[in-house]
Amino acid sequence: MTGSRILSMGHYQPSRVVTNDDIAQLVETNDEWIRDRVGIVSRRIAGDETVADMAAAAADKALANSGLTATDIDLVVVATCTSIDRSPNVACRVAAKLGINAPGAFDLNTACSGFAYALGTVDHAIRAGASRNALVIGAEKLSDFTDWTDRSTCIIFADGAGAAVVTAAAEDEPVGIGPVVWGSVPERGDAVRIEGWRPYVAQEGQTVFRWATTALAPLALQACERAGVDPAELAAFVPHQANSRIIDGIAKRLNIPQAIIAKDIVESGNTSAASIPLALSKLVERREVPSGAPVLLFGFGGGLTYAGQVVRCP
Amino acid sequence: MTRDEITAGLAEILEEVAGVNPDDVAEGKSFTDDLDVDSLSMVEVVVAAEEKFGVKIPDNEVQNLKTVGDAVSYIEAQS
Repeated sequence: MTGSRILSMGHYQPSRVVTNDDIAQLVETNDEWIRDRVGIVSRRIAGDETVADMAAAAADKALANSGLTATDIDLVVVATCTSIDRSPNVACRVAAKLGINAPGAFDLNTACSGFAYALGTVDHAIRAGASRNALVIGAEKLSDFTDWTDRSTCIIFADGAGAAVVTAAAEDEPVGIGPVVWGSVPERGDAVRIEGWRPYVAQEGQTVFRWATTALAPLALQACERAGVDPAELAAFVPHQANSRIIDGIAKRLNIPQAIIAKDIVESGNTSAASIPLALSKLVERREVPSGAPVLLFGFGGGLTYAGQVVRCP
Repeated sequence: MTRDEITAGLAEILEEVAGVNPDDVAEGKSFTDDLDVDSLSMVEVVVAAEEKFGVKIPDNEVQNLKTVGDAVSYIEAQS
């Protein structure tokens, strides 16, 4: 069975930088507290851009980096939980903006774990012969779902998009996207919520922190095992950028001292499903990880969903 | 295990997780106000205490553990 691989990455962030001092004008908080608890120094907040605008901008860059053209793409999958526009879905809007002709096009919502779910789904589609070249996008506009008077959440969330072009691997190529390990904890799913009419993000911080720092490392190691990759060989670990201390907590349990630990949260905040492709795209752009080196992706979040896999760096 | 032994065990955890000076750890001390342990560090302390003392401390119990003495009593009752 032919596998798939990530051919290229691209990302887009709004130009508006919002610092911790800016947030301190809105709610009772300060720069030191936010840096210490969450690890964020600044974040990008969208203006008029929609989720589809940001998704298309990221996808356009990924496509430009791939050497393929829009007409080569036959599947578009967008991971998002924050698109105000429900139909046409974001994937169709991206396809229209980029001039992609008649692709399979759907959105997928598993909140912050969305990109790894989408990547797994697209890998399966390619293995099944349902696609040859696909766009996998994580795009979020959390600022539309943020209560800007709630200091426990408004310091965290941000906007942005990241995209990957995924292609069928040749028979003799090493597997570029390892088997996905995915799941959820439905009975505690309400620890992160975006509910009701005119919803805002709400969460039980301690519950999420405890789950993330204790339950996820074994699952991430399972993804390595299923890919046949020794964790000690990992060139980078790109988890969902939820909280700097969660990232440190998981990384500590993985025992991967030589891997680069993505910390895009410092400059980008928590962008939910967009955070992994944003961080990975920047690592690739800065050439911090050699092409072909194994990288562990691991998403987690609302619903207490999680998904991760080892990929070969494009 | 005596209360003093549990307190000493907690002091080790607090030093490792949150950099608290073990000499400052006593039953009357508040985690938040006296030892400067924030809410996320408190979760790390609880997880480490579960492993060290072989007890279960559920999420909804953590908020009741205001002082070192509260934690010692909870662990003493569970173990």
